[in-house]
Amino acid sequence: MTISQAVIIGASHAGAQLAASLRQEKWDGEILLIGNESAVPYQRPPLSKAYLAGRSTLEELAIRNVEFYAKQNIQLFDATVDAIDRSAGLVALSNGETVRYNKLALCTGARARRLPTPGADLAGVFYLRTAADVELIREAATTAGTAVIVGGGYIGLETASSLRALGLEVTVLEATERVLQRVTAPEVSAFFHRIHEEAGVSIRTGALVQALTGESRVRAVVLANGESIPADIVIVGIGVEPNTELAAAAGLVVDNGVLIDAQARTSDPHIVAAGDCASHDFARYGRRIRLESVPSAGEQAKVAAATMCGKSKEIAALPWFWSDQYDLKLQIAGLNTDYDEVIFSGDPSRDRDFTCFYLRQGELIAADCVNRPRDFMFSKKVITQRTPVERSDLMSAPAN
Amino acid sequence: MAVVTFVSHDGEKFDAPLKEGQSLMQVAVNEAIPGIDGDCGGEAACGTCHVVVDPQWSETVGLSSPEEEEMLSMNPERQPTSRLSCQMAVSAAWDGLTVDLPEFQM
Repeated sequence: MTISQAVIIGASHAGAQLAASLRQEKWDGEILLIGNESAVPYQRPPLSKAYLAGRSTLEELAIRNVEFYAKQNIQLFDATVDAIDRSAGLVALSNGETVRYNKLALCTGARARRLPTPGADLAGVFYLRTAADVELIREAATTAGTAVIVGGGYIGLETASSLRALGLEVTVLEATERVLQRVTAPEVSAFFHRIHEEAGVSIRTGALVQALTGESRVRAVVLANGESIPADIVIVGIGVEPNTELAAAAGLVVDNGVLIDAQARTSDPHIVAAGDCASHDFARYGRRIRLESVPSAGEQAKVAAATMCGKSKEIAALPWFWSDQYDLKLQIAGLNTDYDEVIFSGDPSRDRDFTCFYLRQGELIAADCVNRPRDFMFSKKVITQRTPVERSDLMSAPAN
Repeated sequence: MAVVTFVSHDGEKFDAPLKEGQSLMQVAVNEAIPGIDGDCGGEAACGTCHVVVDPQWSETVGLSSPEEEEMLSMNPERQPTSRLSCQMAVSAAWDGLTVDLPEFQM
């Protein structure tokens, strides 16, 4: 008798949820969860926040405790995967071993995009994706006076907030004309710009990094205009790239991410994928999207687990996101792609709580809610159900 | 050991050991209790760890904070003793606590 084996490559949010969901879906074979970080699967969102600020331990960040995996008979396996042999149903590990699979799941995630700038390999230059990355930053921060953050996206701004809490002088360099340019309306960008400056962070927009300079350690960041900004440490947060190499080498279809259908199946029906590494067609948005979102990773993983067990679930939930900076909780419902109108409840130029509602042809499609949990829950519901709303109702805010 | 009982929407009961230092949401996910998602990991950002506390226990475990209130306010399954279990720091004194799970986490 042979026992079916489910192999999950990647042990972060998607992989951990997929393993747990397989047991909930009554998968009775083996489950092997392969990760290349030695820790029990942990939550990444707090890395740039509580973990960097030293307010939580790695153990506290565990998605589920180590006993869970033992009790659920899920094997955590610390290894790096080199290749997938689809015709033989084998996964080759970098230590020379091979692992047989009946069903395979790719939850390989994404990696921090590298800064393609001279000097980017100097000591004191960091990226922020893993707990190990943050431990290095935290250690360097204990003796550093000045930090320069390259990239004014969520990671950059959260990191700025945490490093301010540690007492560093912080400068954020953003290449475009405003922070969060890719994801929010100009008014919301201006809000976060103001909040960070009030907290003592210096923000430079339109700042193109030309080089990082120093002997062996970084000492300064040189901009295209010739200006040199002193830096004891530099943290680069310029986005991520999906880890799709394994899938591509195995002949699976990759388009920005590993392409999956609504049941999370890749172009090989025996292989599913979920999380930051996967892209799929959203009927609602009329295009193929690769989301970088913990809740989406979780949902895709639940769907993938059902598919592996021969059941049928579909990816359907509205994408949503959150970010914590200082005393602010930003919750984002939906994607604001192609919005043609914004409506504010509250005044982002003055308040510390407001909601920016995004509309397209009069329909609410997304909302950025700052310290407005009620608006967030309202928006999530309205956007999901496509309930018609009046502009005046949004302005007068369900929050009040 | 102190034990909490989760009661699913269709009446199925799941016991879990109460471990201090964890939130009630963490207790549930570590014990694979179906019906508690905890998608945001305990940040009170998602509302997917909603439980309804047995009213007899409400005074002991406390009522929802203003932030939880806001997260729960749009929820059709909300009850007077509703809580987000990620915001409930477990106490060993809760031995015998019963909480009901909603039909849907949202």
